[in-house]
Amino acid sequence: MREVDVALITETVKELCISANTDLGEDVIEAIDQAIEKEESPLGIDILNELKENAQIAKQEKVPICQDTGFAVVFVELGQDIHLVGGDLSEAIHEGVRQGYREGYLRKSLCHPFTRANTGDNTPAIIHMELVPGDKIKIVVAPKGGGSENMSRVTMLTPSEGVEGVKRYIVQRVKESGSNPCPPTIIGVGIGGTLEKAAFLAKKSLLRPLGSKNPDPELMKLEQEILSEINKLGIGPQGLGGRTTSLAVHILMMPCHIASLPLAVNIQCHAQRHKEAII
Amino acid sequence: MKRPIRLRPPLSDEDVERLKIGDRVLISGIIYTGRDAAHKRLFDLLKEGKELPFDLKGQIIYYVGPTPAKPGQVFGSAGPTTSYRMDAYSPALIEKGLKGMIGKGMRSDAVKEAMKRFKAVYFAATGGAGALLAKRVKKAEVVAYEDLGPEAIRRLEVEDLPVIVINDVHGNDLYIEGEKKYRTSPQSPPYQGGD
Repeated sequence: MREVDVALITETVKELCISANTDLGEDVIEAIDQAIEKEESPLGIDILNELKENAQIAKQEKVPICQDTGFAVVFVELGQDIHLVGGDLSEAIHEGVRQGYREGYLRKSLCHPFTRANTGDNTPAIIHMELVPGDKIKIVVAPKGGGSENMSRVTMLTPSEGVEGVKRYIVQRVKESGSNPCPPTIIGVGIGGTLEKAAFLAKKSLLRPLGSKNPDPELMKLEQEILSEINKLGIGPQGLGGRTTSLAVHILMMPCHIASLPLAVNIQCHAQRHKEAII
Repeated sequence: MKRPIRLRPPLSDEDVERLKIGDRVLISGIIYTGRDAAHKRLFDLLKEGKELPFDLKGQIIYYVGPTPAKPGQVFGSAGPTTSYRMDAYSPALIEKGLKGMIGKGMRSDAVKEAMKRFKAVYFAATGGAGALLAKRVKKAEVVAYEDLGPEAIRRLEVEDLPVIVINDVHGNDLYIEGEKKYRTSPQSPPYQGGD
């Protein structure tokens, strides 16, 4: 059985927090480039170019892409043949976040829900842990900003509303969110499961690289249809009007209860940040 | 495309009257930062009839909570936060002489009404362009509520801070007009199910 010291996990999470917040993925840059080609609004094109320039500055100077360096959402796929030593795994992850946000000069954005007193170190992290076969650990850090998260929703549709109800709800959610979630956005969708599972799937769908196709042909078609409807809304970059309201729609789906049709819409701003490492 | 308009606070009624939605503006000089918690405190002071930590007359408030500055940096990443959370407090500040707000996202009818009545404008800076906007900040100092950390009120000296007029004093709204101009789908009926 392979032994892994949790100190290595702390170190990895720390590095991922910093790189995710300063180095925007090439997939996002490419999606913005494609949007520039299609955009008709002059103001919209300006904004898209500004976002590219911003990403370049952030990468070169190793400063955060956005001041909202987010809630640290950490996905862990833990190989079941690994024996962890040296301490508590969850605490090791929190410590990685603590160190990353301090040493990376990232904003501490978490507080008590009522008093609003800041926790001071951007902990706790949100940890999604999954046991998988093998002896590797995959860690993904996906900082999530508050502005776009605030526009996200979970709803329980009635089964009779079906796929049309799902489409209508998602497009309406994007419309009502308008300029608030920093368009162009990426729309993460979770369909099925239970209330919390739908929300988890929506979040997890955002990890798929932009420009990649959904392996399920039915969902791939649905993603394209919804994206096309969204981009007819006219909201455009930053909500100033234009063709590019969203860069992509990503869907994950699983079976649900015979009585329900759970649907979660997790809106992600254009700063779609996540970085991964395999130990 | 029209050349950007240059503005330097404090702003007069005439300064804001000539601004129209979609105008690109470069702001230089002094502006103040303030977001959720700072707004609540300013609002509470006004309610109690107490003096504010700085004079609002003719000033601009930027809704921003920056990242901590790295060594050698004047200011950390500094893009706008979503403005609707300040809607409950803004009309009272506008009535006290606030002339400009910089944020992102839609404002409430009450804020738009106050902007028309007391002559103030709402600007958007590009949400998420925090690294780029930080470079326009030349000096920064905390003037109140240091305990709020990123939410403290700071006096910033900025140079050519790029913003766009979203709401003007004539009651126009670029978010509404822009969407109308580029919308190609029919108005879909609002969602009827539960939420």
